[in-house]
Amino acid sequence: MPIEFEAPKPITQAQFVLKTVADEMMRPKSRYFDEHEHEIPWDYIEFMHSAMKAMGGSALAPREGSNGSEESDNDKRPPIGYQLIAAQLEALSWGDVGMYHCLPGGGLGAAAVYSAGTPEQRAKFLARFNEDKPTFAAMCITEAGAGSDNSAIRTRAVLDEKTNEWIINGEKIFVTGGDKSFTEYEKLGKGFIVVWASIDPAAKRAGMRAFVVEGGTPGVKVTKLENKMGIRVSDTAAISLVDARVPFENILGSPTVETNTAGFKKAMATFDATRPLVAATGVGVARAALEFLKEKLVEKGVQIRYGLPRQKLTNIEREVIDMDVMLKSAWLMVIKAVWMADNKIPNALESSMSKVKAGDVSTKVTQKVVEILGPLGYSREFLAEKWFRDAKITDIYEGTGQINRLVVARNILGYSGKDLR
Amino acid sequence: MYSFDPTEEQQMLIDAVNKFAVNDLRSAAHEAEEGRVLPKKLINKGWELGLLQASIPETYGGFGERSAVTGVLALEEMAFGDLAGTLAVTTPSLFAMPILIAGTEDQKQAYLSKIIEGEWVPFTAALIEYAFDFDPNELKTTATLEGKDYILNGEKAFVPFANEAEMILVYANLGGQTQAFILPKGAAGLTVSDEREKLMGLNALPMYRVKFDGVKVPVSNRLGGVQGMDFEQVLASMRIAAASAAVGVANAAFEYSKDYAKEREVFGVKVAQKQAIAFMLAEMRTEIEATRLLTWEAAWKIDRGREDASNDAYLAYTGAMDMVMMVTDRAVQILGGHGYIREHPVEMWMRNGRGFAAFTGLAIV
Ligand SMILES: Cc1cc2nc3c(=O)[nH]c(=O)nc-3n(C[C@H](O)[C@H](O)[C@H](O)COP(=O)(O)OP(=O)(O)OC[C@H]3O[C@@H](n4cnc5c(N)ncnc54)[C@H](O)[C@@H]3O)c2cc1C
Repeated sequence: MPIEFEAPKPITQAQFVLKTVADEMMRPKSRYFDEHEHEIPWDYIEFMHSAMKAMGGSALAPREGSNGSEESDNDKRPPIGYQLIAAQLEALSWGDVGMYHCLPGGGLGAAAVYSAGTPEQRAKFLARFNEDKPTFAAMCITEAGAGSDNSAIRTRAVLDEKTNEWIINGEKIFVTGGDKSFTEYEKLGKGFIVVWASIDPAAKRAGMRAFVVEGGTPGVKVTKLENKMGIRVSDTAAISLVDARVPFENILGSPTVETNTAGFKKAMATFDATRPLVAATGVGVARAALEFLKEKLVEKGVQIRYGLPRQKLTNIEREVIDMDVMLKSAWLMVIKAVWMADNKIPNALESSMSKVKAGDVSTKVTQKVVEILGPLGYSREFLAEKWFRDAKITDIYEGTGQINRLVVARNILGYSGKDLR
Repeated sequence: MYSFDPTEEQQMLIDAVNKFAVNDLRSAAHEAEEGRVLPKKLINKGWELGLLQASIPETYGGFGERSAVTGVLALEEMAFGDLAGTLAVTTPSLFAMPILIAGTEDQKQAYLSKIIEGEWVPFTAALIEYAFDFDPNELKTTATLEGKDYILNGEKAFVPFANEAEMILVYANLGGQTQAFILPKGAAGLTVSDEREKLMGLNALPMYRVKFDGVKVPVSNRLGGVQGMDFEQVLASMRIAAASAAVGVANAAFEYSKDYAKEREVFGVKVAQKQAIAFMLAEMRTEIEATRLLTWEAAWKIDRGREDASNDAYLAYTGAMDMVMMVTDRAVQILGGHGYIREHPVEMWMRNGRGFAAFTGLAIV
């Protein structure tokens, strides 16, 4: 297909519907949940779950066919699965990026199963998201001593040959949705967490594997819920695993250690798919802030004279126009990255570039909006200050801005992790 | 649908333009800049790629149709070679494209085939004025209707090849609106400065001041005839052209400094292995991509006749202006002291990079 920028119909439809969801279900509750950290937004969760079921299933867990495999191979239309998800996340994050994280479904946990699991594992672990009760899954890589450098994780998995079970020990932190995925709540279906552990510490990266750990598994405990700068409605859990027993077949990828790191790389490819999605959430928050600013300017009769040469613009006009440029280009970079994913074009570079860009743009735009709005920006009567706090996370999780710059730099320079640390 | 794949024909064109840009333009650029001259042979070789010819329908002597998307793809690629050379090769477009976009049937018949029938001939246009608050929508050069003629008064700057131009398309303020007028060589009251413009960059491109002192233009030579034209459309096409050329220049600087950083040793490692440098390169690449996509989208909207095309073109140009400055500045920085020496092209790209803030009207697709 030639170069085109027409959003496919399913995307514009989703954007339209989710705008209403954001207006009705998210925005009116944004402030409440920001000020009542650790409360769970049950109404929203239940509403979203039934709405998504009515629309044909959990929208955000990648489904067979939705990203170009199986069914859409027989279908002549190009696949748009990831593009659709990116647009949905952007729209929901425009509503409230913290509440978007409370959207029932597989999230990063399911994405890991999807990209590193066998067809049997996908069938076994992913079906639950379309059941009656809203269900969550989460991803646990980070540890106190291992964030950006996730090869430093100390969590261990040892095979108990007698029972054919993995025994996992370790402490995970900063698990988004960890509580809703692991803790058994009456209103929720049984979720799971995907825990990264080493099966052979001497093998370093080659020994790292992900394990599906079912909700409620004995020996596993949510030990803490973090208090955060923003996205407070999203639970961020610390989870400890003490002699937790997991069935043999819950390992994602090969149970033996290869000498190369192919397995690790394959699993890390999850991030090539999810980075632009995180970038999309950052674009959503930033758009919320910029649109709010524009509304306030209109109320005050301040016009932005698009089309004027730069040297004739007022400072506010320049700032707003620059923000338009940033936001628009960040979104286009997201779309290009997910379009590549949909078309099975390797997109490690574009994924990380979109994350670098969106990390910058969401923090800069929300900071500027608060600045320009002065006392109105800083006041908790409006949401601008909340968006400023919410947006900052975009540049931190799923690879900090620095880590994504490293990925981009290695890619363009043809360097390995050894060449450029 | 979204899609980011150039068509097969576009890809062939990109490859052909790239070959010319790298083999011909780039290798001649230094000498051209220093000697303040572009060989006609070089310009003609670029002309033979047929970018303009392929934008013009057969009825008017061409062999294609206008596509802003194809235009920005080709222009970026050519500017990757050298900006001055690119602007010289594409100077006739400054005259031809507005006629194609907004001219009357008679004007198209009268001029288009003449421009493209043979070798490169300098048809040009005059938009820029010598004022710090220059605004294409508020020109100081005026046109007033007197009987059957328009009378032009004022002065234009940065007019490429004005001294030898067959014809000039002059933009002027007609009752508050920017309109364009077709002027032949040697029209009474038209004077071209003896001296060329002296600029920070683009020294190879001969540009002149042009004065209009009561120049008479028949009504039939107003672009678009009595109704005139929608300048927004023309301006949008100029803006995306400038933006895509900026992407080309930035990409040249990025690639050059990247290659240099992979060769240069400091403290026992390649300089590219230092994060301070590697991160700059990562950001340069990211921002180039950002502007490229903005430019593509605006071009696509122009081709589709979208209402917001003009605003998108403005945003792409605005972004490009900052981006190319940032990227070319960093390219010089990455080469260190060597970047400051004229033997390396990065300092020229940086000088050219700053110029984009003043370049609206020097390219059009
Ligand atoms: C709200 C929230 C939700 C999260 N959700 C999850 C989740 O669901 N699952 C999960 O596993 N993790 C999650 N994380 C963890 C997150 O991914 C990490 O915090 C992040 O990767 C950074 O790791 P760190 O905090 O240990 O920082 P560090 O790795 O200690 O980094 C500190 C600083 O050093 C920089 N730095 C690190 N390495 C380099 C380098 N090589 N070169 C240059 N600079 C470098 C970093 O950019 C950063 O600025 C979450 C974190 C938060 C705050």
